[in-house]
Amino acid sequence: MAMTMAERILADHAGLEEVSPGQIVNARVDIVLGNDVTAPIAIRAFRELGARRVFDPERVVLVPDHFTPNKDIKSAQQCKVLREFAREQGLTNYFEVGQMGIEHALLPEQGIVVPGDLVVGADSHTCTYGALGAFATGVGSTDLAAAMILGELWFRVPESMLFVYYGQRGEYVTGKDYILYTIGLIGVDGARYRAMEFTGEAISTLPMDERLTMSNMAIEAGGKAGLISPDEVTLEYVRPRAKRPWKVYKSDPGAGYVETLEIDVSRLTPVVALPHLPENVKPVEEVGEIPIDQVVIGSCTNGRITDLRQAAQILKGKRVHPYVRLIVIPATQEIYRQAMKEGLFDVFLDAGAAVSTPTCGPCLGGHMGVLAEGERAVATTNRNFVGRMGHPKSEVYLSNPYVAAASAIAGRIVHPKEVL
Amino acid sequence: MIRGRAWKFGDHIDTDVIIPARYLNTSDPGELARHCMEDADPEFAGKVRPGDIIVAGENFGCGSSREHAPIAIKAAGVACVVAKSFARIFYRNAFNTGLPIVECPRGVEAIQEGDEVEVDLEKGVVRNLTRGEEYPFVPIPPFMQELLNKGGLLEYVKERMKQ
Repeated sequence: MAMTMAERILADHAGLEEVSPGQIVNARVDIVLGNDVTAPIAIRAFRELGARRVFDPERVVLVPDHFTPNKDIKSAQQCKVLREFAREQGLTNYFEVGQMGIEHALLPEQGIVVPGDLVVGADSHTCTYGALGAFATGVGSTDLAAAMILGELWFRVPESMLFVYYGQRGEYVTGKDYILYTIGLIGVDGARYRAMEFTGEAISTLPMDERLTMSNMAIEAGGKAGLISPDEVTLEYVRPRAKRPWKVYKSDPGAGYVETLEIDVSRLTPVVALPHLPENVKPVEEVGEIPIDQVVIGSCTNGRITDLRQAAQILKGKRVHPYVRLIVIPATQEIYRQAMKEGLFDVFLDAGAAVSTPTCGPCLGGHMGVLAEGERAVATTNRNFVGRMGHPKSEVYLSNPYVAAASAIAGRIVHPKEVL
Repeated sequence: MIRGRAWKFGDHIDTDVIIPARYLNTSDPGELARHCMEDADPEFAGKVRPGDIIVAGENFGCGSSREHAPIAIKAAGVACVVAKSFARIFYRNAFNTGLPIVECPRGVEAIQEGDEVEVDLEKGVVRNLTRGEEYPFVPIPPFMQELLNKGGLLEYVKERMKQ
């Protein structure tokens, strides 16, 4: 039977010849992930169940990245729970501040997730690893506890949706624009319970970092996963990093999709998602005069080296608008060092930006850039929900790094060409 | 039997609205309950009474995977969430934390804020006692019902641990 890559990965991990959408399977997981917000609840359940050992100390990954470096006493207590559990269980993949990076940038970079994996993470943006050709999906803390103990979990095999991107993209159009445009097209529940699969010539030519951005936001359309079949671009990224053997999955010819959408990227311009849903997408030229107070460039969506280079390209030799605070957050230590070596920090500092150690911090209104009442931010992050970055009466506009950098200079939301 | 007053909310009620991330530096249910639905209705936690029911539109619980969301709703005293549809991770989390949730688009359309509502999980029907109406809903999938009969996911894990 012809199967999609999502179905094939689930079938293989469930030890079945074939599966079909709607079927419930019990499947072995390769990597189980938690962070400082979600893991404490899972660890509590682990204790309450009287469990003694995790199923595999190399495959249970804990990354304290949300409210770290500890923002207050309560956060410090939560991180302490993770740290003590990691030491007790001898977890090889626990990342303390100093090695820590934003989990969804860190795991691919460190080769912890490889193509063909089945991954569950107690963080909704776990779907990021779909860009490596892994079936990766977010779960809650109780599912995390079950997976940490058993090394397996139940899944409903999702229907798959195919997104074919074709054409030659224009200047300042990025993977972020592909995915925001797609969410605008189908809505924040357009892929609810479904696996999204991204393909086409415009994906083949997309660098790895921008593919990770696309898969990262599958959840913003309600998707269970956001898959891209591995090609030479993927394997070039994976080869020097992979900690384990990998397997390349492709969808079979004739595999069943509930829907197929074709998107001509040559017709796209940089877009912005207006408050308060990621589906409120408009071309940046059409948003009108919107003064801003803050810009954040970073997060699991757009905190990779490609993103920082794009921002620096716009900021080079320019100054941030006097009424704007620009915060740049490289997503991992490796990215941080690379940006430093390339001289990007000079560009950011000369422009008047603050550069921070890796953290999820401002993206979810935690710390390192919380918004006051009535304030507006342009962010390269993934959500613009009410109160997402701070006060319930603040606003978040989502964009790519070019637009974010340009807006920081202009003091309002602008197309990058306006500041050149 | 679940019976209480209806509190109505719109489509795409996300987990940041259900429990804002600024309160996620704790997982204490009582503390989370005090901020339940705060960014949609700052007075909600003070007004809601044990047994009350949240009635919402499409895609309830979209966004983050935080299990703090169903924990906050349950600890605030809400006995059930009736929505047109639920986001996937929230659906699983509600199930795993023992918060009853029901997909019933017809009921959501008809129920008004403050209506006295009864949810019969066994018979698969939402009753509007204020208006004297009934809205049937599709019961949870058989696999999940079976897991529920075993006492939920954690009980299942406990059984497996013995093997």
